[in-house]
Amino acid sequence: MRPESMKYFDDFRNQNLLAVEHARKNGKKVVGTYCGYAPYELILAAGAVPVGLCGTSQSPIPAAEKILPRNLCPLIKSSFGFAITDTCPFFRLSNIVIAETTCDGKKKMFELLKEYRPMHVIHLPPGADRAGAQRSWLEEMNLFKKILEDTCEVTITSESLWETIRMMNRQRIAARSLHELNRLDPAPMTGIDMLKALLLLFFNADYEYGIDLAYQLIDEVKEIALKGMSPFPGGTPRVLLTGCPVSIGSEKVVTIIEKCGASVVAFEMCTGYRGFSLVEEDNGSDPMEAMAERYLNIPCPCMSPNPGRPDLIGDIIKEYSIDGIIDITWQACHTFAIEDAVLQQHNREHWGNLPFLHLETDYSTADIEQLTTRISAFIEIMRERREYVPNKQ
Amino acid sequence: MKYAGIDIGSRSIELVILKDGHIVHCAKTETTFAPLAQCERLMKGIEATKIVATGYGRELFTDSGNSDNVSAITEIQAYALGAGRVWPDARTVLDIGGQDTKVISLNSDGKVAKFEMNDRCAAGTGKFLEFMATALQVPIESFGGFALEADKRIHINSMCTVFAESEATSLMARGERPANIAMGLHQAIVDRTFSMLSRVDGKGPVLFAGGVAHNPCVRSLLEEKLQDTVMIPDNPDMVGALGAALYAERK
Repeated sequence: MRPESMKYFDDFRNQNLLAVEHARKNGKKVVGTYCGYAPYELILAAGAVPVGLCGTSQSPIPAAEKILPRNLCPLIKSSFGFAITDTCPFFRLSNIVIAETTCDGKKKMFELLKEYRPMHVIHLPPGADRAGAQRSWLEEMNLFKKILEDTCEVTITSESLWETIRMMNRQRIAARSLHELNRLDPAPMTGIDMLKALLLLFFNADYEYGIDLAYQLIDEVKEIALKGMSPFPGGTPRVLLTGCPVSIGSEKVVTIIEKCGASVVAFEMCTGYRGFSLVEEDNGSDPMEAMAERYLNIPCPCMSPNPGRPDLIGDIIKEYSIDGIIDITWQACHTFAIEDAVLQQHNREHWGNLPFLHLETDYSTADIEQLTTRISAFIEIMRERREYVPNKQ
Repeated sequence: MKYAGIDIGSRSIELVILKDGHIVHCAKTETTFAPLAQCERLMKGIEATKIVATGYGRELFTDSGNSDNVSAITEIQAYALGAGRVWPDARTVLDIGGQDTKVISLNSDGKVAKFEMNDRCAAGTGKFLEFMATALQVPIESFGGFALEADKRIHINSMCTVFAESEATSLMARGERPANIAMGLHQAIVDRTFSMLSRVDGKGPVLFAGGVAHNPCVRSLLEEKLQDTVMIPDNPDMVGALGAALYAERK
């Protein structure tokens, strides 16, 4: 059965839009964001409202392709298309848009996008493991802080920043606790519902409300699980979905996986495990440094090298009794496409050679049938293997 | 008790009926634009205890039936099962069909270990050969034999059906012999197939199935590239339907 509280999550985009409009009417500044590297703690500490911008559906892509090359990641094309066609209400409501130099496609696209809205591009270092990288990243954070202070006409104090750090940590703990419910076998929540709920938590403007809702949902799902209920029959193969960010609007692979008879029990992506890490709360240290460290260590393939990602996946495989890994790459996303080879090597050497499927696709529906065949065949392999291994029966 | 396997592909539909583990009936027809009607025609008068469908039309077929004795499996599993029957030693199955190329590597117990498929684009499949045969005005059935008459090897760079056709056209305009162009097109398919085989660490022996296995030029170039013989069953296009029938019998 589906948890009752999921109905709040179904309508979250509209609720969120109302909340952002309301905040703006009350004189708050709205800061549009595109990526998990945007430091929400700082935005909140400036008294502004951070909001995730649109970029997860196919509809504005043809408009974007009038300017951008066709053979480009759909996330970049969609984000750009929404902005230039003025079809993302959150973009319109943003006083300033924050972007990051994560990949080449994004950073060059932002050069074009800055004509449409005031924008600040945060420069990321190419890797996290050198002293210079940590220094330059802290400088970037301080620069961004200054820009926020000017935009919002406030001074961000250590106290106010610690306060928002603690709140963001509570939000990430709530998100992680919710996700961890799917460690149960069979999973008590579908992957699609989990994705919806996580999105609300990450992108909702009213954080305390989001955290409350998350715990309400957790309690309800626990009750459902205690009754031994699940949307899936026992023995359903358990998939870890890793790769490029998947969201509502670009969830087709999650839908196909669950329609074909497996359950997505874990998301190693931006709206999932990659976003769960916390800022270390030590009042003796400098909050800017503590916050900067958390963001610099996000295991994103735009970093070179990126050892955190295979480490994280290794932990998830153990904790969630994963039967198979699906690695999704958006068309023409080089960082994720190439890092697939790293993951496959780790799988052979350290993760017990689990069934592994690499998919490259975009937001369109053109390849639904081909994807269905490949995913169904992959599920057949997981099933046979599950029937095979005695301790999994 | 009879068990039916039906493989509804993009170009043709095959049917295999098993009774007491033996093939008692085989049939094949074109898919056309009305695949369900074609299936009904093929199944007319046949009573089977269980029917298992595979191929692109499998869901269409199971959704149209209102009985419990119809189910579906993917082409990957069907070809693996069928291969196990026609040649139990096979460790890799290659299927080049109308719009898909699939390579499947098998465990020592014949189960699917890994597979690769072309994605949405039909480059390097039967469709590619069909287009090129039409461009060179050679019937598809004799296109392989025609290519084998080549007297030199030319390299075709494009793998995309549309680009390859314009490349072939420019070669014709330069006066290149059609047989040599045909050979280059066959080589392009085999090179692409070979890279897919490498991606699944395809080990020999290789079973070559699907409609394109009828083409002698693809076979000979493939053996040249693999430096090994490939096994082609008597009815290479029936392997999927046979696998589906075996699955019906097993369940």
